[in-house]
Amino acid sequence: MSELQYTAEHEWIAVDGDVATIGITAYAADKLGDVVYVDLPAAGSALTAGAVVGEIESTKSVGELFAPSDGEVVEANQAVIDDPSLVNSDPTGDGWMIRVRFTALPTLLSAEEYAALTAE
Amino acid sequence: MTDPAIPADGAPAPLRRSPLHDATSTAGAAFTDFGGWDMPLRYGSDLAEHHAVRQAAGLFDISHMAEFGVSGPQAAEFLDAALAADVSAIAVSRAKYTMILAEDGGVIDDLIVYRNAESEYLVVANAGNHDAVAQALLQRLQGFDATLADATDALALVAVQGPLARQILHATPGLEHDDAKAMGHTLDSLPYYAIMGAVFAGRPLLIARTGYTGEDGFELYVDAATAPLLWSALLEAGTPLGLLPAGLAARDTLRLEAGMPLYGHELSRDIQPAQAGLGRIAPPASKTADFVGRAAVESGPAEGARVLVGLAAEGRRAGRAGYAVLAPESDGGAPVGEITSGALSPTLGHPIALAFVDPAVAAVGQALDLDVRGSRIPARVVALPFYTRKK
Repeated sequence: MSELQYTAEHEWIAVDGDVATIGITAYAADKLGDVVYVDLPAAGSALTAGAVVGEIESTKSVGELFAPSDGEVVEANQAVIDDPSLVNSDPTGDGWMIRVRFTALPTLLSAEEYAALTAE
Repeated sequence: MTDPAIPADGAPAPLRRSPLHDATSTAGAAFTDFGGWDMPLRYGSDLAEHHAVRQAAGLFDISHMAEFGVSGPQAAEFLDAALAADVSAIAVSRAKYTMILAEDGGVIDDLIVYRNAESEYLVVANAGNHDAVAQALLQRLQGFDATLADATDALALVAVQGPLARQILHATPGLEHDDAKAMGHTLDSLPYYAIMGAVFAGRPLLIARTGYTGEDGFELYVDAATAPLLWSALLEAGTPLGLLPAGLAARDTLRLEAGMPLYGHELSRDIQPAQAGLGRIAPPASKTADFVGRAAVESGPAEGARVLVGLAAEGRRAGRAGYAVLAPESDGGAPVGEITSGALSPTLGHPIALAFVDPAVAAVGQALDLDVRGSRIPARVVALPFYTRKK
């Protein structure tokens, strides 16, 4: 799998062939606080680039998961649905959200570019 | 005249910092703007902080709260006229939860009033309402032989909340609390909603048995300069007992479970106390003195005005502030109210919410739906509070 790339919506993407694994960044997880509920699209769902496809709720607020490209959901992470705290404890590992078979990805941010975006 | 707090370019005034800002920052706080103050939101896990308060204790910096000292021969008469509480009937060393009302009965703020001496009171208000309360008190002071002093900057406020709070105060090095300043109380005998004097590191402080979490606990008023030392001593005493520093995120879910209103959510200028279930304290049955807003609250809110209820749902999707409450589809499905606060209750494990709803659908047991971003989530009106500690 390639190194992580990022979107301005605070998602990370790991590309492996035509399948992208998508999650939210540690920065986004920290801003949300303890995640208590994750709602993800089922495998087979069609995705439209830019559309909201999932919800990540903390005790204090609600974050949205955006589809970075058109495509189809290959797998939703049942582990994170069962234990939403994985989003906080391992956002770029066990806390991944969905795997998507994509047609074309938009231009993504490098780790350096994303770090610059979130620098306070 | 130009307000010196607002720069000429119209940029917002900088956030105010608590005297404990360095201490809470060192403890790992992530900060948030609350009522114009840069206050700890959470230190790590807000859920862990919430559970620590329910099971052991939490340590909160709530120095953003506004404090006003009122003293003088007519301090009691002034506050009787200014506030809803029967202030002159509060015994020395006791406290009351009350409100300051507008003429039309709307809530300017909810307050705690402590009687620290025969003619000396401490009025504690919300940070975001500091200016409104100061202005209303000053206006209502006219004609009374009493003095109003803003102690907000001079005082820090630290809350120790949870079943082990008392044990932690006993274990706090340098905290002396059984001398003449204790107003006849001891830490062990201090009743709920009472206050006593104490000494820490040679400096006087006030210990009140009050809080905003639904747990037993104490609020400590101390001068700003001494506050960091007190914070460290409380952490040192409490950490081995399971105390965690806790932020405003946990404070909000704790008070919500306890069914306590938060100004700007359940209380506002547009809400009469009776609508929020607080009619019994505005005015209290014993109070004979007139006060601003009395006539309005005695004639009551408008016919059909919405009333505050607790709602409980199943699953894990919470209704949030601003979401609509709907009649069940079998009853037409129309909007009948709005959520003012809501969260997945960390203690109870299911979604809870406070909401203003039409009186016709406010009875306990009533089935209602929450409009959670377009999905109907079934809920039920339940008795408040959602959570009560075991005594």
